[in-house]
Amino acid sequence: MAMTYVQKLLAKATARAQTAVGEVLEPQVNLAMSHENGALVISQFEEIYKGTGREAKVWNPDNIAIIFDHRVPAESSKTACNQGKIRGFVAKQGIRKFHDVRGDVGGICHQILPENGYVRPGSVVVGTDSHTTTHGALGAFAFGVGATEMASVWALGRLLNIEVPAAIKVVVNGKLPDYVYAKDLILHIIGRLSAQGANYKVLEFHGGTIRTMPTSGRLTLCNMSVEAGATAGMVPPDEETLRYLREEAGVTDKIETFGPDADAVYAQVLEIDASKLTPQIACPHTVDNVKPISEVKGTKLNQIVIGSCTNGRLDDLEAAAKILKGRRVIDGTRMLVFPASWRIYHKAMDLGYIQDISRAGAVVCNPGCGPCLGIHQGALGDNEVALATTNRNFKGRMGNPKAEVYLCSPAVAAASALTGVITDPTEAK
Amino acid sequence: MKTIKVMLKVADDVSTDIIYPGRFMATVLPAETPQFAFADNADFNRRLKAGEIPSGSALVAGKNFGCGSSREQAVSTLKGYDLAVIARDISRIFLQSAINLGLNIIICPEIEAAEGDELEITGGKVHNRTSGKSFDTNPLPKARQAIIDAGGLIPYTRKLIMSGK
Repeated sequence: MAMTYVQKLLAKATARAQTAVGEVLEPQVNLAMSHENGALVISQFEEIYKGTGREAKVWNPDNIAIIFDHRVPAESSKTACNQGKIRGFVAKQGIRKFHDVRGDVGGICHQILPENGYVRPGSVVVGTDSHTTTHGALGAFAFGVGATEMASVWALGRLLNIEVPAAIKVVVNGKLPDYVYAKDLILHIIGRLSAQGANYKVLEFHGGTIRTMPTSGRLTLCNMSVEAGATAGMVPPDEETLRYLREEAGVTDKIETFGPDADAVYAQVLEIDASKLTPQIACPHTVDNVKPISEVKGTKLNQIVIGSCTNGRLDDLEAAAKILKGRRVIDGTRMLVFPASWRIYHKAMDLGYIQDISRAGAVVCNPGCGPCLGIHQGALGDNEVALATTNRNFKGRMGNPKAEVYLCSPAVAAASALTGVITDPTEAK
Repeated sequence: MKTIKVMLKVADDVSTDIIYPGRFMATVLPAETPQFAFADNADFNRRLKAGEIPSGSALVAGKNFGCGSSREQAVSTLKGYDLAVIARDISRIFLQSAINLGLNIIICPEIEAAEGDELEITGGKVHNRTSGKSFDTNPLPKARQAIIDAGGLIPYTRKLIMSGK
């Protein structure tokens, strides 16, 4: 029987010849990632062992990663205490894939995992973060779980009773026009599928546009697949995957790759002509409320944010820097920029992007989740409107239920920073 | 037959940011999260904290309840008040965490109910005594039944460890 990519991956992960959609499996986990919410995972993990007389020891410390990113540096004593509790646990358990609050190896978990070569094609990755779907860009089956599910993984090293998901084949062909990016493509896909359209399914990306897309763009696509309800987004690995892992992530050991069967059965096939896309905007207060920029341009903005696990990578900063260089963020609109990792921050400094962005008047902050989920910096005031390259615009998301958030690409964000209103970069050049 | 009252009715696509706003995420322990349930719905939050919502009351939701962030606080905060969630359908991560923590959830694809309605829940059906209409429910995923039967994922995992599986 022909298999989709996720079917084949789960067959290999469980040493089976094949798997069927809906089949219940217990795959081993190759990487289990948490961030500050590791504090809750620890308490649930210790709860599992309570009264057993056994020592609470993780199944394999080398398969666990913990990255501080949601509140770095700590914004409150409560967070500092949670981070301290995690540091103690990491030391006691011997977890080495630990990225503390540091200006060299720190950053957002969904950038740290790929750039350090922690994720491999064909692997099973779980994270206590819904945007763990990001890592499907490297051909992993990667998805978010709750803290208690993670505690169970820490104890057993495998997932319990997982159903093999059906897949939606997303076929994208054609060249993306100038100033149109992976972000516009995934917003368009979410708008077409709706916030529930891919619930309990995997988005499997194919087509010429994907094959020529760098890993940075694929990470954006898979990152936001969860906004259509998808369990995971996945790009079957190819030469670009290997190039990224070898050249950018420094992986030297053997990498095995495979693809789906040509005659695999999909729940749905979605075909997209990328050459017809224009910049897309997700309007308040749902990510699937997507409109072409022509319908919302001119909307007045108080705050602009570039960054997050969706769009804080080097090419995102490059797109912004090219637009901002030698220009000025308009008075009355504030602009915040959060590179996705310190490695990216340093490269962007070497290339002059940070200087161009900062001299234009944007505040370049330290890598981290920043204002994306309203818990650290850059909260919005009542009735304020933000335009952000982040991934969610739910009511209250940026810290204030009386504010509005629009989502866009870095180029739209940068062009709009110069005017203070939503601006189409194709018209602003 | 036990009846339960609908104390909150919400629409489709209610995210975990609505159930448990991100700004309270530094609070993680199940014993401490209930105070922030639906914090941006000031009236409902106040009634919960004042004990005006009886244990076991129903929260009726549309499709895709609990979408967005995987924060488990969104489950423990409702579990703290022993609310029953009756939704047209439930987002994957929320459903998984709800089963793991033993939150009472009922998937009822056609449910129609307003705040104040009295519901009767029997095997496979939700009967709205106020409107007189009955609605079929969907079973929870079979794959997770063993976890439900064990009373949640913590006791289930503990059992596996003790039996060396």
